[in-house]
Order: sequence, then structure tokens, then C-alpha cells
Amino acid sequence: MASVVGTFTVDPRSRAAAKRRARNEGATGWAFVSPSVVIILGLSVVPVLWSLLLSFQVNDLVSPSEWVGLANYKALLKDPAFGSAVSHTLIYTVLYVPLSVIAGLSIAIALDRKIAFIGLYRTLVFVPFVVSAAAQGVLFSFVLDPEFGVANSVLHKLGLPAQGFFSDPGQALYLLVAISLWSGTGFCVIVYLAGLQGVSSELVEAARIDGAGRWGVLRHVTLPALTPVTIFLLLFQTINALQVFDLVYVTTKGGPLGSTTVIVYFIWEKAFKTFTAGYSAAAAYTLAVALLVIGVILQVYRRRAASR
Amino acid sequence: MKRLPFSAWHFVLAPLAILFALPLVWLLVSSVMSNSEINRFPPALWPHGINLGGYRYVLGNALFPRWFLNSFIVSAVAVTANLVLGSLGGYAFARIRFAGSKVVLGLMLATMVIPFQLTMIPTFLVMKQLGLIDTLGALIVPSLVTPLSVFLFRQFFVSLPRELEEAAWIDGCGRLRILISIVLPLARPALSTVAVLTFLATWNDLTWPLIAINSDSTYTLQLGLTTFQGQHHTQWAAVMAGNVITVLPVLLGFLLAQKAFIRSLASTGLKG
Repeated sequence: MASVVGTFTVDPRSRAAAKRRARNEGATGWAFVSPSVVIILGLSVVPVLWSLLLSFQVNDLVSPSEWVGLANYKALLKDPAFGSAVSHTLIYTVLYVPLSVIAGLSIAIALDRKIAFIGLYRTLVFVPFVVSAAAQGVLFSFVLDPEFGVANSVLHKLGLPAQGFFSDPGQALYLLVAISLWSGTGFCVIVYLAGLQGVSSELVEAARIDGAGRWGVLRHVTLPALTPVTIFLLLFQTINALQVFDLVYVTTKGGPLGSTTVIVYFIWEKAFKTFTAGYSAAAAYTLAVALLVIGVILQVYRRRAASR
Repeated sequence: MKRLPFSAWHFVLAPLAILFALPLVWLLVSSVMSNSEINRFPPALWPHGINLGGYRYVLGNALFPRWFLNSFIVSAVAVTANLVLGSLGGYAFARIRFAGSKVVLGLMLATMVIPFQLTMIPTFLVMKQLGLIDTLGALIVPSLVTPLSVFLFRQFFVSLPRELEEAAWIDGCGRLRILISIVLPLARPALSTVAVLTFLATWNDLTWPLIAINSDSTYTLQLGLTTFQGQHHTQWAAVMAGNVITVLPVLLGFLLAQKAFIRSLASTGLKG
């Protein structure tokens, strides 16, 4: 027997074969991943850097650009339109995220039982989630049309005054939140329902034996067990809320009187309507940095929660 | 089947479920109304009969079937490409040891946190350089493969026992052969998850088509629908019929594959 290392018999021929095989493996590995790597990195790293360059330029996407340093960012800070876009986005986020998560949890708990029609209930609660924002927007523009909409028709039957809905600057943003809740809560419900399967029934049983009531079990067993799910949903819904665009574009186009101009709508308008791409890129970078900060804070919190 | 008990919870759950379903019911109902039923005040709450005028109008319009086809092409190519490229990449990251794999995987995963708004203007410029703006190519290229697809496949393949592949490996099968004949047939959950998420994202997208497409013959359904609304403002039945046709493929897909659908969405959530 030749020299034995571990359980492998090493002879020069097989060592060369192993080396060849390893080299082939490397080539195969790269061949397998290269299409994904080229597409994904090419369409993210290049644009991210390009966007940074753009944000220091005056650029209309057509004629040669001009370097202006931090002027775009300075102008952004003074732009009241950007200020109100930020505040509209914050109002939308502050309402939508907690409401969708709390409603999602409550509905998931209500749906987490074996009774008749439960499958049907789950389906109906979830189904708006798969409807595109464009389709939602078109549908609700119709339902809420001040003249032809069924909403005013119902109000009329109830003897209530007709509403302006999307044509009323005081209502439009809140209507967008309501529509997003209609479609977005189902996702929270599904994720919580999956999370509830993971709550240990022994722990619930033990808490019951220790005399905990329904609320006690919820507060001391269920909710703590669902913490990772809750943090994920808060993060996911916040990122979605800060990036809301399609629904706004379809329903209000940022109006009336700019009352629903959110950050992404502002970015889109500056780049593709008024052709101030550099200015728009600066706004996009500001949003990205804000998202990054939120992401890092949540990650840190999550680590801390996990290590406890 | 065991009969499930009646419960007081029905008094809470039934109204709630109806509340969620109502707008979609109204979408369907209004799409079969006649214009006179929609245009009178207050509008009718229920149609007298089924009026297919809206559907006839939409389908008779030369552009609408074209938009449907465009959406279908873009989604079909995106789903196929994500399954092929995502499983290739995911398999290599899970099983093959090669120099730089960890760094590249890390970089790819890091791109998931980049918001789309940051990349949309330069992506437009990149597509313009490639001469793809205003073609379906501009919609297809960025959706060919996503980091999420690669990641989901990788996670799934890592969890498969290596022993399954060992016999084939010893017999001298190549990696591609092993992937196609042994690993992929076992990977149905991963395949369906990626297919569902990709289809949902491409079929429902509005922002990117809005930026990348100018001519109405290249519109997707979502994009067409938004212009449709303005052009046919009084023809609400037609607009709603168009909306039903836009929503229907996703809705049918969901109802047919509900379990896989929900599992895939819930699992991506729980892994996050």
C-alpha cells in the first residue's frame, strides 16, 4: 500500500487528476455564475456609481453634463417641493406600516383556527395583494370618482354628503394609505400565519397551566415568539412605503395641489418630466441613504434582540 | 371530510373577508355594466344583465391584445431566464468550490438592498447605450435574473443532502448533468417559488415600463391600462373590462396554485 493520508490513498497519478478536476471545477463554477454575476452586478454597481456621478452634475439625459459639486444637494435642502415630498412620504409610512402590521397580526390570530370556511376567508383577505398597483389605482379611481363612483352613490343612499376623494387635497393622501392597507395587509397576514405555526404549542400549554389567560399567552408567549417576523415585516413594509410610486402615478399624479407627491414621484418627475436628472439623482441618493440608515438600525436592533 | 364546528368567530371573519373582497367584486360587476348604468346618478349598484360591450370594445381595440402579448412575452422570458440562470448560479454557489465565490455571492446579495429608484435613471442610460429603449428588450434584460432567485436556489440546494449526487459524481457525471438530471427534479419548491415571485414582479410592474417604453405598440398591460383610463374616460365599462383582463392571469394563477403561492411568499418573508 502506498502512503495513506486520512482515508485517501495518494499516488501521483490520482493527485494530478484531483488537481485537474479542481481546476475544471473552478471553471465550471465561474461558467455557471457568470451570466447572473454580469447581469446583476452590471445593472446595480454601474448604475449606483453612475447615479452618484449624476448627483454632482447638471444633466438633462441628452446634452453634455456639467459638474456642479454639491449644488444639487444644497438646492434640494432648500426646495419646499422636496420638503413636502419628504413629509408626505413620512405621513404615508407612519400610517401604513404600523397599521398594516397590527392589522396583519390581529387578522392572522383571528384566522389561526380550524373552523368552517377558514380557507375561503384566508384567500379573500390575501387576494388583493396579487393585484398590481396599476390595476388597484384604476379600480379605485373608478370607485371613488366624484361623479360616477359607487362610493358617492353609497354615501348618497345613506344620506351623507358627497366627497371629493382624490380631488380633495385633504383626503387624497389618506385614501392612498387606505388602498395600500386593503392590498398590503394580506401579505402581513400570510407571513404572520406562517409564523404562528412556529410558536411552540408546549410553551402555550405551559403558560395556560401556569394560569395565563388568552391575553397573557398572547403577551408573554405568542408575541415574543413572533418578534423576528414582526421585525422583518416592519422592515419590509417600511422599505415598500418609502418607495411607493405606482399607485400615486395611476390615481393622483402627485396632486391635487401636490398633496400626494411622495419622494419617488418627485424623483421620477425631476428625471423624466422636467429633465433635471442630476437633481433627481441627488434626491434618489438622499432616499437611499435614509433607507440604509433604517436598515442598519433595524439590523443592530435585531442582533441585540437575538443575542438576548 | 370532517365537519368543522360553527364558531362565533364567523361574525368577525365573514364581514372582514367580504370587506377585502368587495372592491374586486365591484371590478367584475362594473365591467359587465352598460354605459348608461354607469353614467346615471347615482350609479347603479347592480347591473340589469350581463353586458359584454366593455370587453368587446377592449378586445376589438388593436392595441390591447398587443399589450397583453407584450406583458406575456416579458413575463415568460423573465420566468424562464430566472429559473435557468438562477438555478445555475445557485447550484454553483451551493456546491462548487471556486476562487472568489464567497466574495461574489456577498456582493450579489448586497445589491438586494439597493433601492430601485437609485438605479432607475442610470439603468435607463445603460439601456439607451445598448439601443434597447422603447423595445421589449429594455424590459427583459434587467429582469433576466435577480439576486433573490440565485439566493433562493442556493439556500435550497445547500439543504439537499450531498449523498444524492455522490453516486453520479463518482460515475464521472459533469456538474451540468447532475444539476439537470438529479438536483432540479428535486427542486420543485424552489422552482415554483422563483417562478411565482418573478411572474408577480414582471407582470405587475409599472415603474420601469413607464420609463423605458414610449410607443404605445410596445406598452405592457399595466402601462396601457393607465393611459386607457385617460383616453376613455367616459367608457368606464371598457376600462374596467381591461382591468379585469389585466388582473385575471395573476388571480387565476393564484387560485390554481394557492398553496405553493402562499408558501413561497411566506417563506421569503421568514428567511429575511
